[in-house]
Amino acid sequence: MKRLFQTIIPVLYIVFLLVPIYWLVNMSFKTNTEITTGLSLWPREPTLRNYTVIFTDSSWYSGYINSIIYVVLNTVISVAAALPAAYAFSRYRFFGDKHLFFWLLTNRMAPAAVFALPFFQLYSAFGLFDTHIAVALAHCLFNVPLAVWILEGFMSGVPREIDETAYVDGHSFPSFFVRIFMPLIASGIGVAAFFCFMFSWVEVLIARTLTATDAKPIVAIMTRTQSASGMDWGVLAAAGVLTLIPGAIVIWFVRNYIAKGFALGRV
Amino acid sequence: MLELRQVSRRVSGQVHLSETSLQLQPGTLSVLLGRTLSGKTSLLRLMAGLEKPSSGQVLFNGKDVTGQPVQQRRVAMVYQQFINYPGWTVRQNIQSPLKVQRRPQLEIEQETQRVAQLLRLEPLLDRKPLELSGGQQQRVALARALAKKADLVLLDEPLANLDYKLREELRAELPKLFAGTGAIIVYATTEPMEALALSGMTATLSEGRITQFGPTLDLYRRPHDLITAKTFSDPPLNTIGVHDANWQGAPRGASTLAFRPHHLTPGMGSGSALAFNVSVISTEITGSESFIHVARGADRWVMLAHGIHVYPSGEQLQVHVEPAHLMAFDALGVSLDPSLRRAA
Repeated sequence: MKRLFQTIIPVLYIVFLLVPIYWLVNMSFKTNTEITTGLSLWPREPTLRNYTVIFTDSSWYSGYINSIIYVVLNTVISVAAALPAAYAFSRYRFFGDKHLFFWLLTNRMAPAAVFALPFFQLYSAFGLFDTHIAVALAHCLFNVPLAVWILEGFMSGVPREIDETAYVDGHSFPSFFVRIFMPLIASGIGVAAFFCFMFSWVEVLIARTLTATDAKPIVAIMTRTQSASGMDWGVLAAAGVLTLIPGAIVIWFVRNYIAKGFALGRV
Repeated sequence: MLELRQVSRRVSGQVHLSETSLQLQPGTLSVLLGRTLSGKTSLLRLMAGLEKPSSGQVLFNGKDVTGQPVQQRRVAMVYQQFINYPGWTVRQNIQSPLKVQRRPQLEIEQETQRVAQLLRLEPLLDRKPLELSGGQQQRVALARALAKKADLVLLDEPLANLDYKLREELRAELPKLFAGTGAIIVYATTEPMEALALSGMTATLSEGRITQFGPTLDLYRRPHDLITAKTFSDPPLNTIGVHDANWQGAPRGASTLAFRPHHLTPGMGSGSALAFNVSVISTEITGSESFIHVARGADRWVMLAHGIHVYPSGEQLQVHVEPAHLMAFDALGVSLDPSLRRAA
């Protein structure tokens, strides 16, 4: 009986979670006729046509390229900005530091839709509309505070005496920070980068609002696929599968640190 | 020579260190003795240059270094927690200060070998500090301090986190390690026994103030005031009001009499001894010594006896102390020791 609960129930739960993903993969290898004409648990006539369409049609694959460009840009900017900020919060006491630290987090409490309009207006005015950097900067609003929170937790886990020992040894601040400190919080940097990557990768609303054609992300392309011949289900499914892959790859690299990251480093 | 000229340190209104002056000579070992929060660490950090004094000056060999960043000073510091660079091997840890100074590679290698040999770290050079025992980790920290050849070596309770046996061992080694380097060694500790074991000079600290500075044995034998005597006593110093003691020989102006726990002995003693009736509260036995806690009226005393002595609690006991072992202090806590009076 105990065995039943220990194995059957988790298995059922995991199957339950995997069904939609399986269905997506299943669909991506079917023809449109098979998808629309009935229920089949696996592709009767497996085809790679759907994937071929995506890899040959620039209106599809450019979406991936655009997404990857602004996501990587955003991750680099967010982590680069968060490192010194988190260090300041972790090591110094200054006027209003605790309030500022909390205020950072409140930025994550507003729905993205709230910022869509001001961002659209602002970036249009600066001529940044439909550029990768526009989306990357807009996503910083959510990702910099998150990265600061995660990194601050990891940094506070490093004793302050290590900083001082480095100064006593004669290391300058930049030398200490890059050569001694950053390797110590490498897993924190990895976790912060992962979260920035994920949030930027899955965010649709702001990315869609700030782009038209040149920087249009894959998530936006996927939501507008009505063509003259109706819905192309198979291609859409293949696009969905390909969209999951970068996230899966990144998760693989940081899987050992992810729980610590969810605890914002405060373990 | 390191000279502190009326330095003080206040942090957001709180006094961590009141105005303090101190001169430390090269090639000497000085112990900063005081309880936690007595200002030892503040003083060490001021000496290192990790913190700036709120007022006063720090001079090194006559040169004002008050505002000089710590990187430019020739100091080394070892903390109570075993602080090394966890990502680097023992070798890289030891070489860290040498590499920063851009010494020739050959010299760096030779120096690493030398200090590793001194601290028995040779077989561990390629390991990471966190793979080592606590004692070995602290040796790495000491090796780094030694390799740097600093003029000022600051040790902040370096042995407090080690177990008893290692502590004894490393304590005996410490003065030898730095002997002949000509460095000024400053050693902060909470334990009076450590100060005595290291000999050299001692400064006692209490509430952010140096109460007395001088050769360790002088401080122990002839404390200038009651606070110093209390700080430099473990187990705690026994005190009694002069009126309670009813001692004819008390110097004029005496207000408090004090004596060390091992000077309190059971029995009547000689004719001139001061005898008291006390009741036993509890007995602690450490093996070779027994601490007998006794009460006399409102006073709580400790009696230190060699060997194992067990007294049932509540037992009435007659104890005595020889007048030669009594220290007398006036109402302000200043010593009335005639030998000090002459010196002053």
